[in-house]
Amino acid sequence: MDKLREDKIIADLLPQEFGKQGKIWVVCLLFFAALGVFAYGRQLYYGLEVTAMRDYASWGIYISNFVFFVAISLVGSLITAVLRLTNVKWSTPLTRIAEIIAVSAITFASLIIIVDMGRPERFYNLFLHGRLQSPIIWDVIVITTYFFISLLLLYFPLLPDLKIMIGFKERNGKWLQKLYVFLGSFWKNKAEQFKITDKAINILAIAIIPVAFSIHTVTSWLFATTYRPGWDSTNFGAYFISGAFLVGAGGVVIAMYIFRTHYKLEKYITDDHFDRMGKVLVLLALLYLYFNFNEFLVPAFKMKKSEEDHLLGLFTGEFAPIFWFAIFTSMFIPIFILLFKKGRKPIPAFIAGILVVVGSWFKRFLIVTPTLLHPFLPMHDVPANYHHYIPSWEEWAIAGGSLAGALLVITFFARIFPIIPIHETILETESHENEKHF
Amino acid sequence: MKINQNSRRDFIATTLVAGATLAGCATKNPFTAEEIPDVKPSGEMVKLLSVDGEIIEVDKAFLKPVPELPAVMNTAAREGIAGKKFVMVIDLSRCKSVKKCQTACNHMHHIHPGQNWIKVYPMQEAEHTAPYWQPTTCMHCDEPPCVKVCPVDATFKRKDGIVLIDSDRCIGCRFCMAACPYSTRVFNWEEPKIAKEIADKPYSCETSVPQKVGTVGKCDFCPDMVRQGNLPHCVSACPNGVFMFGDLLEDTVTNGSETFRFSELIKDKAGYRLMEDLGTKPSVYYLPPVNRNFPFENKVESGEEEKKA
Ligand code: SF4
Ligand code: SF4
Repeated sequence: MDKLREDKIIADLLPQEFGKQGKIWVVCLLFFAALGVFAYGRQLYYGLEVTAMRDYASWGIYISNFVFFVAISLVGSLITAVLRLTNVKWSTPLTRIAEIIAVSAITFASLIIIVDMGRPERFYNLFLHGRLQSPIIWDVIVITTYFFISLLLLYFPLLPDLKIMIGFKERNGKWLQKLYVFLGSFWKNKAEQFKITDKAINILAIAIIPVAFSIHTVTSWLFATTYRPGWDSTNFGAYFISGAFLVGAGGVVIAMYIFRTHYKLEKYITDDHFDRMGKVLVLLALLYLYFNFNEFLVPAFKMKKSEEDHLLGLFTGEFAPIFWFAIFTSMFIPIFILLFKKGRKPIPAFIAGILVVVGSWFKRFLIVTPTLLHPFLPMHDVPANYHHYIPSWEEWAIAGGSLAGALLVITFFARIFPIIPIHETILETESHENEKHF
Repeated sequence: MKINQNSRRDFIATTLVAGATLAGCATKNPFTAEEIPDVKPSGEMVKLLSVDGEIIEVDKAFLKPVPELPAVMNTAAREGIAGKKFVMVIDLSRCKSVKKCQTACNHMHHIHPGQNWIKVYPMQEAEHTAPYWQPTTCMHCDEPPCVKVCPVDATFKRKDGIVLIDSDRCIGCRFCMAACPYSTRVFNWEEPKIAKEIADKPYSCETSVPQKVGTVGKCDFCPDMVRQGNLPHCVSACPNGVFMFGDLLEDTVTNGSETFRFSELIKDKAGYRLMEDLGTKPSVYYLPPVNRNFPFENKVESGEEEKKA
């Protein structure tokens, strides 16, 4: 491939400074993140009293937000590992998007769990007195592992790109140059170095699959290891993982669209990518639908007394509006849109992605709260406001702040590093051209 | 062997008179101005009961309140009382929802207003079955789901069967609340509203006092009372003798005025446990609400309770 083409790719993919839109976006996110921090300050001062959680609804949107973050982080393993190992080539430009979503989501999953704790300053007790029999400890172990594997999977493929960027000293400015040199100056594009990283990436890509399955299975076990109607289910691990892949893929489609339009990457994130991701989404939505059928229809067929209130609450009762909203927006409507070739064009696919992610967020809420409000013994001898759960503004602010924080991490990452792997794109184009020659 | 009366008296008195070293002075009367020179007798005498049932008279000035010490060390509180296996029997046929148990429990444990460790449920299994009152405490399960899920061993099961919470260790994750099928746990959502003297008391997981913000609480079977040979507060507070407490190994339970052979009571009255199918193996047994002492009247639902309040 000639030098000119290569330069063009590099010029296209180098990280760019925030434009006007970018600045507004960052300011908005900073505002919401700051609001979240302020609300958390109040919570630290007054205690969990500022939330709407009470003895029956003892977990609320913090926990559902946690489940949501863990879910969406699974996409890192889907795109980098599952698709890589099955030799799918078209997903290469998406790997870094998926990986940074994974890293930032898992970071904020850990933070939101600390936010949910009544005594966050005693966090160290988990290490001092941790007991292996508690699913929370399993979660701590696998989430930490997943975080580091994801970080490495983000870092290793970045090395050749860092070398490229170090070459643009003037463009980078002092701070970024320092950062790039710190992170990647040892990288010399030597064949041995590539051999090592390729090997490492392959090992990590394999290792991350069981770990990814574990993080979400263990997260589902936080619920499934209890007796409560709606949680006491052997279906939960698979149900959670299929839902996680769905929301993660939805997140990637959204990110693809935004990066593509904002950074003018139409040549690299093509219509074809949307088409293929659209198909993946349909497949995942169908899979998730299948597990939803299992999860709701089987108990509904029996209508055990302990499950009855819970199920009716979802189907026709207090939670029915959210329930049907979540089912339709996260599954039926996206499937309907993406089944058509026209629906897999960037804009409709982007909309479908948003529906999936929003619906999935509410789905997580439905997994946590209605069950807690349908205990075995009737709710009794408690103040009237203990019977319902409507999150307080502090909870919304903190949950919203954590989402804004996760987006900020992704945004700044894309500002500092090339969001599409430059080196790999050059290689891909080369091999494409070689194929054409023969 | 004849034991000198005085020395036995002295021995008892040491627990009352702080600071006086009396162990060796067998024949002397310890309650005189020579023995304790820095205290002036007030002339006001009080009568005390010695261990062997004798009344002794002591000048009031020699008595000092014993400073309140933390009852037992944390390690001992986690171990439990050796050679015991505590059980409770709740006789549903005697309950008319007087809720004295709840009041006593809330008062003694300084529970947050509105929250309760003991709840008295109006139960009716189905349309045509009989309604009845069902008081619930923590079941002190032998296979406690709350203990299984606690990540930091803040909720633990003791040798004597009691399940306790260490509020100095609890991280407030509330997993135990989700795990407990009996909805017995409460959470201190805000700083407990208690008097300063109570808040300043040294915390012990046996007294569960003072409750601490950001941690869980629940019925603790009053191990501090039990250690002193007393009954839990709910048991002594109930005017109808609904609660019976005792030791499974001794095979006796008592509500203070009546004592039963536990095994016979359960056999005769067909005792059962709640949610046996879950396999939690509760330490609390229920006697069915048959031949009831009182008719079932739900004042809350008919609105009488509110009128009174
Ligand atoms: S009743 Fe609940 S809190 Fe008490 S031991 Fe059983 S599971 Fe634990
Ligand atoms: S809330 Fe406290 S007692 Fe309950 S599981 Fe968490 S750490 Fe253990």
